[in-house]
Amino acid sequence: MSIAYQIVVCGGVVPDPLQTLEPVTAPAGPALKNEMMLPAVLDPWAGHALYEAANLARNAPGSKVWLVSLAPKAKLQQVMLTVAQKVPFELVALDGPASGFTEAAEVAAALAGAIQAIPGLDPSRLLVFGGWESASRGAGATMQMAGERLGIVDQFQGVDELKIVPDGSLEILERIEGGRHQVSRCAGPPALLGWATGSLPEPKNNPQVGMANMRAVMPALQKARPAQLGGEGLTFVSVTLPKQLRATQIVKDKSPGDIAKEIVEWIKK
Amino acid sequence: METILLLAHVEADGSLALSAREALRAARAMNKAIAGSSLVVGLIGQSVQAAADSIAACPATRYFGVAGAEFGQSRYATDAAAAESLCKAAQATLVAAPATSRWNRVLPGVAQRLGGRVDCHVTGISDAGGKPAVSRWFYRQRMEATLTRAQRPWFLLIDPGSQTACDCGAGAAAVEMVPVQLAGGSRRTTVIGIREPKADAQTIRPDAALLFVTGAGWTKKQADGRMRVAEAEKLILDFLRLTRASLGSSKSLVDLGGEGQAVLPFLSHLNQIGQTGSTPRHAKGLSTCCHGEEPHTVGWRFIGERRAISLDPNCGWARGKADVLYVADAFAVISKVNELLADNF
Repeated sequence: MSIAYQIVVCGGVVPDPLQTLEPVTAPAGPALKNEMMLPAVLDPWAGHALYEAANLARNAPGSKVWLVSLAPKAKLQQVMLTVAQKVPFELVALDGPASGFTEAAEVAAALAGAIQAIPGLDPSRLLVFGGWESASRGAGATMQMAGERLGIVDQFQGVDELKIVPDGSLEILERIEGGRHQVSRCAGPPALLGWATGSLPEPKNNPQVGMANMRAVMPALQKARPAQLGGEGLTFVSVTLPKQLRATQIVKDKSPGDIAKEIVEWIKK
Repeated sequence: METILLLAHVEADGSLALSAREALRAARAMNKAIAGSSLVVGLIGQSVQAAADSIAACPATRYFGVAGAEFGQSRYATDAAAAESLCKAAQATLVAAPATSRWNRVLPGVAQRLGGRVDCHVTGISDAGGKPAVSRWFYRQRMEATLTRAQRPWFLLIDPGSQTACDCGAGAAAVEMVPVQLAGGSRRTTVIGIREPKADAQTIRPDAALLFVTGAGWTKKQADGRMRVAEAEKLILDFLRLTRASLGSSKSLVDLGGEGQAVLPFLSHLNQIGQTGSTPRHAKGLSTCCHGEEPHTVGWRFIGERRAISLDPNCGWARGKADVLYVADAFAVISKVNELLADNF
C-alpha cells in the first residue's frame, strides 16, 4: 500500500551555535545582543526533520515536502541559500521574530495558520514534522500546540525512526527515559512527529536542487505574511548568563597511578 | 485563588516515579508560598489507588484519578483526554507535572485545549510578589530566564533532578475517579513495545552519581602514532561496568559513529551531550579526551563536581569549566583507575 504523503516540516532559524550569545533588554522584552547581525542556521532538530521528510518523500512516489518557517525575511533568505541545496521542498515563509523569547503558543498559532492555508492539503495524507524542541526557545511545546490546532491527536516526540509498514501504518520510535525507545504503531496519517536526531546524515549540497528550490523560495519570501507575536501575558523577570568560570586546579606532574588513586577516592567520596 | 494540581502518571508497577515526587515537592512549595491556594493531586494509569495511597500523607485536599487499561499506555490521544478531564475536574489553575517523556509529549497540547500556557523544562519555582515565577533555560542551556504568566491554567513541567523529592508518607487516599469519554480516533496508535539497549551496552543511566564523558581524543592517533580504538572501547566499558556511571559523549565522537566509521560502536546519538544533545544532571562528572569551547561544554552545565583528563592544559572544555584538570594520558589513567576499582570488588 503506497501513499503519496504531504509532509509539512516546521522549522525556524537559530543563531549559529558557535556564536557568543548575550542577553539584552529591548523595548519588547529580552533579546540577544546584535541579534540581527548573528549568522543563522536552520534549527538543528528541524533540520533532521527536514532530511527525514525528504527521505520519506523520495521513497513514497508522489509525495511532497513543504518547509514552514517563521523568521525575519532577511535571515530566512540567508539560511535558505544553504538549506535549499540539501533537499527538495517548497518554502512557506512567515515574517516575524526568530527570537528564543517569543511565546510558543503564539508561534504555534502562526504555524498552524500557515499550514491550514496550504492549498490542497488532505488530512489522510498529511504528516507534520518538526524538531522536538528548538535550539533557541527550547520550549518543547510548539509542535504539540500546532498539532492540536490542526486537530491531530496522533503525536510523537523525540522521534528517532519512522518506518512505513506495508499496510500503510506508521511504526515510530520515540526516545523515552534511560536511553530507551518506545515503539508505537499508528494507523496512518494524519500524524505529527517531533524529531530528535533521526538516523540520517546531513545531505551534501546539490546545486541543481538548490536552483530548483530557489526559484520558488524568492517569491515565497516576497509574499511572506507577517506574524504578530506579542507575548501577551508573559513577563520576563530576568535573563542572565550562568556563571561560566570555575577556579580550575591544574594537576600536571603526577603519575597516572597517583592520578588514578585520586580519582578513585573522589568517585567513592 | 490558585488551585495547584500535581499531575502524575503511574508507573507500570503501580508506583510513582521519583520525578513525580519531585514535582509534588514543587507543587507543595507553591502551595505554601501562595496565600489561599489549595493543593490537589491527579493521577493517570492502569490503576491509581496504590500510587495515591503512597503519598496520602501529603497535604493535598483532594485526589482525582483516571484509570483503565487505555491509560496504562503512554499515548498522546488517551493521555490528552485524561489530563484534560483531570484538569477540568480539579478546576486547576496551576498544574505541576514531572517533565517525563510522556508528559512532555502531551501536556503542551492539553494546555492548548484548555486555553492555557505551558513551560517545559522548568528548573526552579520562586515567589514573585505572591505570584509564581519559574526559571528555565534558553538557547540550549546558555542563558537562564525567570518568567511569570498571567494566563491560566499554567502547566509547569519540572525537569527531573532539579528538585528534591518529597518524602510524604503513605496512608489511605480517597480517590475521586473521573470519567473520560474517548473519541473514536483515540486508539489509532498502539504502543507495541519498549526497545532497550542490550544489557551489556546499556550506557545511559540517569540515576547514576557519575557522568563519564568521552571525547574524540579516544579515537585519534595516540603518542605512539597508532589509533587504539579497541583498547579505548575496553577501557571505557570496563570503567562503566565498575563504576555504574552514565556515559556521555561529545558531538564529534557521536557523529563519527553516525558516519559508519569503526569507532566506539556502543555510542549513539542518545549518548550525545551538549548543544544538540542532552544536558544530564549528575552529582559528579569526569571528562576524558574532550576538547572544545561553548557550545559543547553546555553538556555538563548541570554537573556538580567536575574533573577532566586531557593532554592539553589549556583545553577549553576543562579550563574554567572543571574543578580539577589532570594533564595526563587518559589511556594510562583510566587503565590504572580500572585496576584500582577492580581490586576493591
